Formats: sequence, structure tokens, C-alpha cells
Amino acid sequence: MSYDPDTQSQLCPTTLHINGVRHDLEIEPWTTLLDLLRGPLALTGTKKGCDHGQCGACTVLIDGMRYNSCLLLAVSQDGAEITTIEGLSTGDQLHPMQEAFIEHDAFQCGYCTPGQICSAVGLLNEGHAHSREDVRELMSGNICRCGAYVNIADAVEDVMGQQTHAVAAQ
Amino acid sequence: MNRFSYVKATSVDHAVDVLTADPAAKVLAGGTNLVDLMKYDVERPTTVVDIKRLPLGDIEALDDGALRIGALVSNADAAYDRQVEENCPLLASAILAGASPQLRNAATTGGNLMQRTRCYYFYDPSAPCNKRDPGTGCGAIGGVNRIHAILGASASCIATHPSDMCVGLAALDAVVEVSGPQGKRDIAFEDFHRLPKDDERGDRPDLDNTLQLGEIVTGVRVPRQAFGQNYTYLKLRDRLSYAFALVSVAAGLTLENGVITSASVALGGVAHKPWRDKRAEDMLKGQTPSREIFTAFAERILSPAVGQGDNDFKISLARRAIVRALAQAASGTPQRQSQKSYA
Ligand SMILES: Cc1cc2nc3c(=O)[nH]c(=O)nc-3n(C[C@H](O)[C@H](O)[C@H](O)COP(=O)(O)OP(=O)(O)OC[C@H]3O[C@@H](n4cnc5c(N)ncnc54)[C@H](O)[C@@H]3O)c2cc1C
Ligand code: SF4
Ligand code: FES
Ligand code: FES
Repeated sequence: MSYDPDTQSQLCPTTLHINGVRHDLEIEPWTTLLDLLRGPLALTGTKKGCDHGQCGACTVLIDGMRYNSCLLLAVSQDGAEITTIEGLSTGDQLHPMQEAFIEHDAFQCGYCTPGQICSAVGLLNEGHAHSREDVRELMSGNICRCGAYVNIADAVEDVMGQQTHAVAAQ
Repeated sequence: MNRFSYVKATSVDHAVDVLTADPAAKVLAGGTNLVDLMKYDVERPTTVVDIKRLPLGDIEALDDGALRIGALVSNADAAYDRQVEENCPLLASAILAGASPQLRNAATTGGNLMQRTRCYYFYDPSAPCNKRDPGTGCGAIGGVNRIHAILGASASCIATHPSDMCVGLAALDAVVEVSGPQGKRDIAFEDFHRLPKDDERGDRPDLDNTLQLGEIVTGVRVPRQAFGQNYTYLKLRDRLSYAFALVSVAAGLTLENGVITSASVALGGVAHKPWRDKRAEDMLKGQTPSREIFTAFAERILSPAVGQGDNDFKISLARRAIVRALAQAASGTPQRQSQKSYA
């Protein structure tokens, strides 16, 4: 539908694949992906911190790469494969990154955690981190108000190490 | 966010047509700046033209050795591209100094060029700002101006351009390719962004750059460069990552038998556009790298610098950053963006 200046409305047909489920939606173009997830789709694992790209709490994966969902218009993602924190586990089986966060006590209040974990999974998929310094720099888009950074870096390094071992063992 | 009409551009010409027909329309690329500013009601476009699906997402090597980076190539894809790393590592480094991994995945080459200032008053629609609302005054002059310009400011605006990528492109003498109602044209990088006041348009801080009505950026061309090793991008900021530059320096040198044969230095965080002074660069030619000559260069390029109060510190910070950056470039030890101690 095109924009109607009288009612100031427009509904854009948009298809999103979220955590493996196809959603055929009609979206007002000013809806951010974050507000769509947390509102109509009731996927409240993704958090709103700053709503301005400054904290990383809203990080989700799109085609495996990480993005701040607060700065994306949902309509612009038509056709995308989106993974949120809810989509990382398989049944009761947690994602290795979730396991590592628990193992390393990588959170206190937990508010930044879904964004941290999605970001860490994106970091591994993107493949540019090779050292602890790299991990710290490439996780810098996720602010933790509780300051759990040391344990977060430990958790990410742990999973990174498991992956390297898995590759070496093949 | 205001209500707007959303249009998916089907071709560059389509985007140009929409923008030409509606001067209050805005292009949407990665959205990391536009959506942010729309949430603050600073940008209130009537139409949003989503260009994300146009075929401007490639990096290609041209016959003359130059690289063309499409307007929709993400900042991450540009920074990690093998050809960019090999041909212009200075650009890759400058991009990686900016924003966060998430933002670089979304941000595009064209959007980065077109991003607006981070001046606090510009972001606050209740404050006076000649850039946002011409004629209302400037909140930053005499106000809180720690992040503002020390070079090239005007009596009506002291904002800085916030990009890191653009500082790299300025040092590399890139060319901006645009398409508009009159067809295609090339804009030399130094002519793309403008100072708040220039001879052609006068004191017009509302104009960040020289793009005309209806024009969009389709790509940038980076000429074949010699700064394979002797380069650096040094960025100084309030925290070590995920913060805009207070001062940054992109430096590239060509050395033959230990003598400087060409030098290119662009400064970020200090002016309304990346700042270069080619006559000052000439004084480095024919010299052997030394702290003395680098200091003399820094004094020269900063000779017109004026502080605004809170940002007075930037003048000495810039002087020291320039000397440090030139030393890094001369010794072939570029600043690594994940290493947080300065060599
Ligand atoms: C928290 C935060 C921190 C940041 N830190 C840094 C930093 O340290 N260094 C840095 O350099 N940047 C930083 N940025 C800015 C970021 O780099 C820019 O927001 C980004 O590059 C803009 O690109 P985009 O594709 O998202 O642009 P969009 O938001 O889509 O567009 C920005 C503007 O450009 C216009 N536009 C986009 N594409 C075109 C085109 N092809 N032709 C004509 N006009 C176009 C749009 O209409 C709009 O006005 C930061 C941003 C945030 C939110
Ligand atoms: S410095 Fe420029 S952008 Fe900032 S308030 Fe003044 S006029 Fe506006
Ligand atoms: S909520 Fe998106 S970055 Fe803070
Ligand atoms: S655990 Fe509380 S903000 Fe990170």
C-alpha cells in the first residue's frame, strides 16, 4: 500500500524469517525491527537500552552478522533471516556461547546479556578475531553497565578456542 | 519519528527522480544515522527512499589500478576486503577505528560520507542551531564545545564532521561518484565536504557538502596508492573504542632511500570537513623523517587553529598526534585498531 497523507498511514507487506519461522507481515514503515520484535512479535529477549545505536543491547543476527535492531526499519529487512536470542538454543540444548556465559559468570543483572551473546556469536561468524585484544575490540559495541567485561571476554575466548580445536581435530 | 512515505528504489534513476520531485525526501542506506536523527526529530523526511537493494554493493579494481567502492558496500565489507587491505590499508584502518562492529555491518560507504555532525545542539531540536534551523543561532559558540572545531569554523557554526572513513579518503585523494538529474559527475574528495562558509555559497552551515538537489552518491574511487607500509590512522578519543574522535590523523608517506618524496596528512575531529594543507605537506618533501621536521609541519598546519573554550586542548593534542602519526608512518608501524597502547 502506498502512503495515504490523509490518514498518515502506510502498511508495507514484509516477509521476515525469524528464528526459522516465516512471518508475512504488514508493517508501518516507521517501525524499527527492535519495536517489531518486542511488540507485535512478543520476542522480548532482545533488549532496548539506548534506542540510538550506543549500547548494543538490541543486537540481533541477520544472515549471521550482527546489527543494532534499534536503528533498522523493519520494512528495509524484507526477506531477511533474523536470529534473536530466543533462536540460539535448540530445544533445551543451549548454544555453546550461552553455556560459556553461564560457565564464566559473564553477567550480573543480565540486561545486556542477550545483546552480548548475539554479538559474540556474530563475532565468531564474522571471523576477524584472533586474539584477546581482538575480542575486546570487536565486542566493544556492547556496553555492560555492570562491568562484566573480563568474564564476557573469557566466555568468548573459550568458545573461540573450542572452535579452533574442533577445526584442528578434523 | 514523523510519518513518511516509504519507497523502495528500483534503480538509481528512480531514486534520483523521487529525490528531485520532493526536496524533503531522504535516502535510506544503512539507516544508522538517518534513523537515529529521525528519532530525535532532527530529520523529518516526507519520503524515505530505500536504496539498499540497488546494485551499488561491489568493490572493483579499475584498469588504472584504482579501486571503486560502491556506495552500498558496508563499512565492514570495505575494511576487510583483500583489495582494500592491499591497495589502501590506510582506508581499512580508518574505517575500523570508527563506530562498532554492529554499526559497521549496517553503515554504508555513501551513508558514511553523508553522515551529519554529532554537535549536541544540532541533536536537540529545542536548542538554537544554524545547521538544523538556519538563522536560529549557534548554541555551541559560547556553549559546551569540547568536541567542536579548531580549524575553518565560521561565525555561525563550529561543528565538526564526525567520520573516520572520510579522513582516510581525504588523505588518499579519493573521488566521489554521483548521479543526479543532469547525469553523472565526479567530485574530488576535497571538494565534496565544505566548510560552513565558502566563497561559492557563503555562510551556509546547513549545507554539509556540495551534493545538488536530486543527486545520490553511487561510489568512491580510490586511486592506486604508494602508502603500502608508510601510513597510519591514529585516533584519539575519550574512551578507547566506540567513541568519536576528538582528534584523528591519517598520514601517508612515500620514502625513497630514507627521504620523503610525498606526504599526505588529513586531520579528523577538528573541522567541518577532513582538514588538509597541501602547502604544509610540501615542506615535508625532500626531508629525512625527524621529530623536528614533523613538529614544524604540525605547527604549520595548525597555525590557523583557534580554540572555542572547552576545546582549546585540541590544539596541543592535535600537534602531538600529528608528530606521533608521522613517526608511525615513517617507521612503517601503523597504529593497529585493536591495540590500545600507542606505539
Ligand atoms: C553510536 C554511534 C557511534 C558511531 N561512531 C562512529 C565513529 O566513531 N566514527 C565514524 O566515522 N562514524 C561513527 N558513527 C557513524 C556511522 O559511521 C554512520 O552512521 C554511518 O556511516 C552512516 O551510514 P548509513 O549507511 O547507516 O547511513 P544512513 O543513516 O542510511 O544515511 C545517512 C545520511 O546519508 C544519506 N545517504 C545515505 N546513502 C546515500 C547515498 N548513496 N547518496 C546520497 N545520500 C545518502 C541519507 O539520506 C542520510 O542523510 C557512529 C554511529 C553511531 C550511531
Ligand atoms: S556548531 Fe553548527 S551544528 Fe552545532 S549548534 Fe552551532 S550551528 Fe548548530
Ligand atoms: S538499544 Fe540499540 S544500541 Fe542501544
Ligand atoms: S550484566 Fe548488567 S549490564 Fe551487563
